[in-house]
Amino acid sequence: MATFEYAPAPESRSAVTLRASYGLFVNGEFVDGRGTPFKTTDPATEEVLAEVAEADERDVDDAVKAARRAHTRVWSRMSGSERGKYLFRIARLVQERAREIAVLETLDNGKPIKEARDVDVPTAAAHFFYYAGWADKLEHAGLGTRPESLGVAGQVIPWNFPFLMLAWKVAPALAAGNTVVLKPAETTPLTALLFAEICQQADLPPGVVNIVTGAGATGHAVVSHDDVDKVAFTGSTEVGKAIARSVAGTTKKVTLELGGKAANIVYDDAPVDQAVEGIVDGIFFNQGHVCCAGSRLLVQESVAEEVLERLKRRMATLRVGDPLDKNTDVGAINSPEQLGRIQELVGVGEAEGAERWSAPCELPTKGSWFAPTLFTGVSQAHRIAREEIFGPVLSVLTFRTPQEAVAKANNTPYGLSAGVWSDKGSRILWTAARLRAGVVWSNTFNKFDPASPFGGYQESGYGREGGRHGLAPYLKGSER
Amino acid sequence: MTRADVRKTYKLYLGGAFPRSESGRSYAVEDAKGRFWAHASRASRKDARDAVVAARKAFDGWSGRTAYNRGQVVYRVAEVLESRRDQFEAELRTAEGITASRARTYVDAAIDRLVWYAGWSDKLAQVVGGANPVSGPYLNHSAPEPTGVVAVLAPAGPLLGLVSVVAPVIATGNTCVVVASQPHPLTAITLGEVMATSDVPAGVVNVLTGPQDEIAPWLASHMDVDAIDLTGVEDPEAARNLEIAAADNLKRVRRPAAEDWLATPGLDRMTDFLETKTVWHPMGL
Repeated sequence: MATFEYAPAPESRSAVTLRASYGLFVNGEFVDGRGTPFKTTDPATEEVLAEVAEADERDVDDAVKAARRAHTRVWSRMSGSERGKYLFRIARLVQERAREIAVLETLDNGKPIKEARDVDVPTAAAHFFYYAGWADKLEHAGLGTRPESLGVAGQVIPWNFPFLMLAWKVAPALAAGNTVVLKPAETTPLTALLFAEICQQADLPPGVVNIVTGAGATGHAVVSHDDVDKVAFTGSTEVGKAIARSVAGTTKKVTLELGGKAANIVYDDAPVDQAVEGIVDGIFFNQGHVCCAGSRLLVQESVAEEVLERLKRRMATLRVGDPLDKNTDVGAINSPEQLGRIQELVGVGEAEGAERWSAPCELPTKGSWFAPTLFTGVSQAHRIAREEIFGPVLSVLTFRTPQEAVAKANNTPYGLSAGVWSDKGSRILWTAARLRAGVVWSNTFNKFDPASPFGGYQESGYGREGGRHGLAPYLKGSER
Repeated sequence: MTRADVRKTYKLYLGGAFPRSESGRSYAVEDAKGRFWAHASRASRKDARDAVVAARKAFDGWSGRTAYNRGQVVYRVAEVLESRRDQFEAELRTAEGITASRARTYVDAAIDRLVWYAGWSDKLAQVVGGANPVSGPYLNHSAPEPTGVVAVLAPAGPLLGLVSVVAPVIATGNTCVVVASQPHPLTAITLGEVMATSDVPAGVVNVLTGPQDEIAPWLASHMDVDAIDLTGVEDPEAARNLEIAAADNLKRVRRPAAEDWLATPGLDRMTDFLETKTVWHPMGL
């Protein structure tokens, strides 16, 4: 099949000025960390981007103390309308520095610039804008007539959407009157540190936002700190369970947004071209580093052959490579460790007897890459049908009846998201009502909006982020 | 000669039936004056697991009913409780040694609580869900759904606390396994008789009697239980251990807290055991 040839269209790096080293952001200032500094790299080129301070327990304690002071003396006393204006300022600063944030995100994370530019950054700005407006309307949120902030929130975020997850965590916390200590992922700390600058430019009172960089030990210090009132975590189910155990017997409130193994159900009456686009978006968006990725395709037997043929044809046109190229569809795998996990599970898939097909594409020689891949002949017992791969790997299963589709879709300990493709409205609603998942995308996939609650059933965690629901986890007396 | 009365055997309420504990064990229950009143079944780990199976089996049917219908069933429980109020008042006086007027207050409150929650079943979705104005051509709405099988560790006392923790769980479509207050198990089983004759489907409410510290850990660690209400756990260390066990499958946990059962409740006993589902659909030609 003839395909268009694209000339390279690289986004300029000039919007970004990298510093050689970055400190922690505590009480409104950048300070040295007491731990061992670590390097953050561009996963597409293996280039070292900067050295970043590691926060140890004492640093985390300083950050929590700063957050506590800021909460007691300033932020909890400030009127909601004043708090809201700071959040509006932040939203505007994010929009003003959008290009810079997008390029930096792509450099540090490896995601395609078109996604950082068109999804991550504008959605993050929208999130601040949305919650800014809630700050002086909390008594109308249906969560009690005198809603009160919890205090200090300890927040730990993942590397797949570094800046967007920061916005999801920080915006509702601040709008509700809490102060935060946030730990970005160790492989993607740079946009969070850029956000620290934005807080300075917004003249946000010192200590309202504190950012401590580091790996698991730093995160543990944040969530287990005695003076943290609220823990918000996005990441693996395994760590989420450890956090749930560690807060047992305390009064800490917890929100957990964890793993997923979403079913994407394609019925025989689905518009096939749209469904194929949705399947591709569902699993190859952000290299499949998406907790709500549509990683299990459930396609009705009568159309399976046609859907798979068109899907493979479409996958063959995906452009894998330089994340800064504006035409790139699939960027770099975030880290060699993650690449190793993907390769391991793909190996298991082959060993267990599923049939692998990878899109024919040339991968760069340096950096971490994985070609868009699907498995057919997958049974429900296969590990690639049960475990989160967190990469561009799709497991394809088939079904005959709607009942079977629902039973297979729900046959997982997770329950974050699901997709349904059909031309028949009543069938979509019937299916959506039976899927045990927090977000159901019908005839679409991977859509996110600050007004739309997001979060899982079962082992995908608890609590919701986004919308009015996203305020509840940050207010006293309200539901999770 | 006076007639010897026919005394009732108190058993478990499990899957809509009243079986003895499979373990064959029982324990003596005393009245408020410390006299032998009756034996209660001492439920085992196996009974707890059987109860979870019954609750799981009932979940699809109960959660699939219309909210209006669930409200009618919970209201029916209130009606049947009202019709048997003399029996409950007498049991409360025997169990707790309280005055007739106090017993009446508690039974009134228990009946009224059922009516309150019955009314919520077809209203809560509008209060805690709704349309989300997303920035794009999509219909997007959120609605609450029941979490699933809820283990309920009922608070001390024969009736009001028990009704106050069970009604919110089932009104929204969950099914439950309840561990009744250890010193006051008999009224819980009598309440089971009310459930069994109020169109509550078998398995929606299952009542176990026996030592909480023996039964609760099996429910807290059970991988097919979705949530646990620790209201009736008085020892903080026990509550902590149950919360730790509950993390194995990330059960939703409601921690124990001071309660005033005569006060009008908030929504939290319902919302703690609900999941928000958000559905997107494109709009276009």
